Amino acid sequence: MKRQIPLALVFIFGVILIIQYFVPHEKSEWIFEFLMDWIYIIGIFALALGIWSLIRVSWDKIRLRRENWQYSVVALLGLTAMIFFGFDYFRNFFNAAGLQNFMFRHFFDYVMIPIQSTMFSLLAFFIASASYRAFRARSLLASLLLLAALIVMIRFNPYFGPLTAYLEQTASWLLNVPNLAAKRAIVIGVGLGIVATALKVILGIERAYLGKD
Amino acid sequence: MKEILMVFLALLLAGGISSAGAQESAPPPDTGTLVVTPAPAPPAPVTNLNAKDKPNDHGAGVVVTWTPSADDVVGSTRVFGYAILRAATPEGPFLERGKVPIGEGVFEDQGSLDEVSPDYMADHVDYYYKVRVISPDTTVYADSEIFGPVQCFGQWFNTNKLPVLIFVLCFTTLAIFFITHARRGAELYIRPLAGIEAVDEAIGRATEMGRPILYVLGLGTAAEIATIASFTILGRVAKKVAEYQTGIIVPCYDPIVMTVAQETVKASYLDAGRPDAYNEDMVYFVTQSQFAYVAAVNGTMLRELPATNIYMGKFFAESLILAETGALAGSIQIAGTDEVAQIPFFVVACDYTLIGEELYAASAYLGREPVLLGSLKAQDYAKAAIMIMAVIGFVAAIVGWDWYVNLFNVPSN
Repeated sequence: MKRQIPLALVFIFGVILIIQYFVPHEKSEWIFEFLMDWIYIIGIFALALGIWSLIRVSWDKIRLRRENWQYSVVALLGLTAMIFFGFDYFRNFFNAAGLQNFMFRHFFDYVMIPIQSTMFSLLAFFIASASYRAFRARSLLASLLLLAALIVMIRFNPYFGPLTAYLEQTASWLLNVPNLAAKRAIVIGVGLGIVATALKVILGIERAYLGKD
Repeated sequence: MKEILMVFLALLLAGGISSAGAQESAPPPDTGTLVVTPAPAPPAPVTNLNAKDKPNDHGAGVVVTWTPSADDVVGSTRVFGYAILRAATPEGPFLERGKVPIGEGVFEDQGSLDEVSPDYMADHVDYYYKVRVISPDTTVYADSEIFGPVQCFGQWFNTNKLPVLIFVLCFTTLAIFFITHARRGAELYIRPLAGIEAVDEAIGRATEMGRPILYVLGLGTAAEIATIASFTILGRVAKKVAEYQTGIIVPCYDPIVMTVAQETVKASYLDAGRPDAYNEDMVYFVTQSQFAYVAAVNGTMLRELPATNIYMGKFFAESLILAETGALAGSIQIAGTDEVAQIPFFVVACDYTLIGEELYAASAYLGREPVLLGSLKAQDYAKAAIMIMAVIGFVAAIVGWDWYVNLFNVPSN
């Protein structure tokens, strides 16, 4: 019964949502929105579990003085401070005024966003290092990849303006013909995979997500 | 002589005054003829006005069509555009619902189903329409005859999605056929995937090195199919990890995903006969901030030095940051995603990559269960059918078989 009820729920709501996709009626939209609301409701409860998990894992690290436990102290302090300021010193518990709190905004704008931007900017360096590995001309295919990459890169480089008359056409052809064809092939495969997996889940064939092979 | 001079002077003065008066004021109008600027004639009204419920919608929509005014021709400046007016009764009042430029003959009157909205448009209620031809002079226009009544209502089937329904039904039939076929014991050949074959090897390597396996479920929510496929793979990997008595670390981006992943790993340890080895902290929540999550996972990679990193699910800009850090840490890396833009990054930075649909096939490969392999076989046949249809479409586009191309046309509404 512990497994049959979830499987029955998955089947019922899976079939309802498949039908809903083909029905544009207002009532169908209402059902869809009603079911989607449940994702938010479940998400809020799950978030509490998530925060509890974060606190427990961090606390264990601090308590057992595991390697780099100091980072966990920073994580817990950050979490506590943002909750404290976010609730606007608990005066505005039931509205969103805490999000405009001076300290909350300053922590977010001048600590959180710069750190995130720093992480994102690392991508540029990682692209360079990954490109170096990918574009080593060790075989015919790798050489072709290198050539195609060079053409596309020069095409988008503003300093090679005078050279781009012919290269522009070549680069556009590379992007719009072989590249797009490969992308579409992958997308078609993904679409089939999604339908097959959804079917397996709805029919209860694929049930590993319930914790059972 | 003196009299002659006086008369001449009087005539001269009279003439001067007369000419001066003519210069200072316009001659008086001729009261016998009234000069009136003619008002421009109104343009010809539209004809063949029609209105009907908008098809394949949720309601509150009417499509109005008409034949443009006879004066709406190239080079003419008599028609400025068309205003579409609607009323609840033929007597009015008619309110403007929108305007369209010259040359147009169709307008979608899209209202709202929200009763408190000023744009509210009730279903199953009579409406009347007329189209006004607007000229450059806003006081001059021509109204069409009133059309009505017309009612709008929501449909119970979107006929535009008929090709999708046919495809889904065909594919479902095919999948059920092969699953049934596999259940009866038929041997189904499935092309081996290097990325899947490498999972066992990677777990073995982790066991030998005494290091854990890092499993990243991506940034998708639990409602996404890629994440569901990833749960399935996690279940298989966790079972083998439990059997080999290796550690597994699963940092999660989404709390719902974390909850499901905890249950999946727990059940896998139970299946492997090692419930005692399961620790709830193996699967933990990090944050829902994309790059903060990346920072945390990268820190774990560099501190714990996992023997194997497995990335399965939805990935976005963080894919390369994660995979490059893992490569720097010297871990074997296996990735799988259906995000087309991220696949090249994983291909470059990881040892094995499951491309697109291979992510969904992975669980069937790992489990080798006939029913799961049956659905894979159905996918292969569907792909073959799509390839054949694409080749026919290629020919159809060349020879002008538009009907064939339109068979696959699914409008967005």
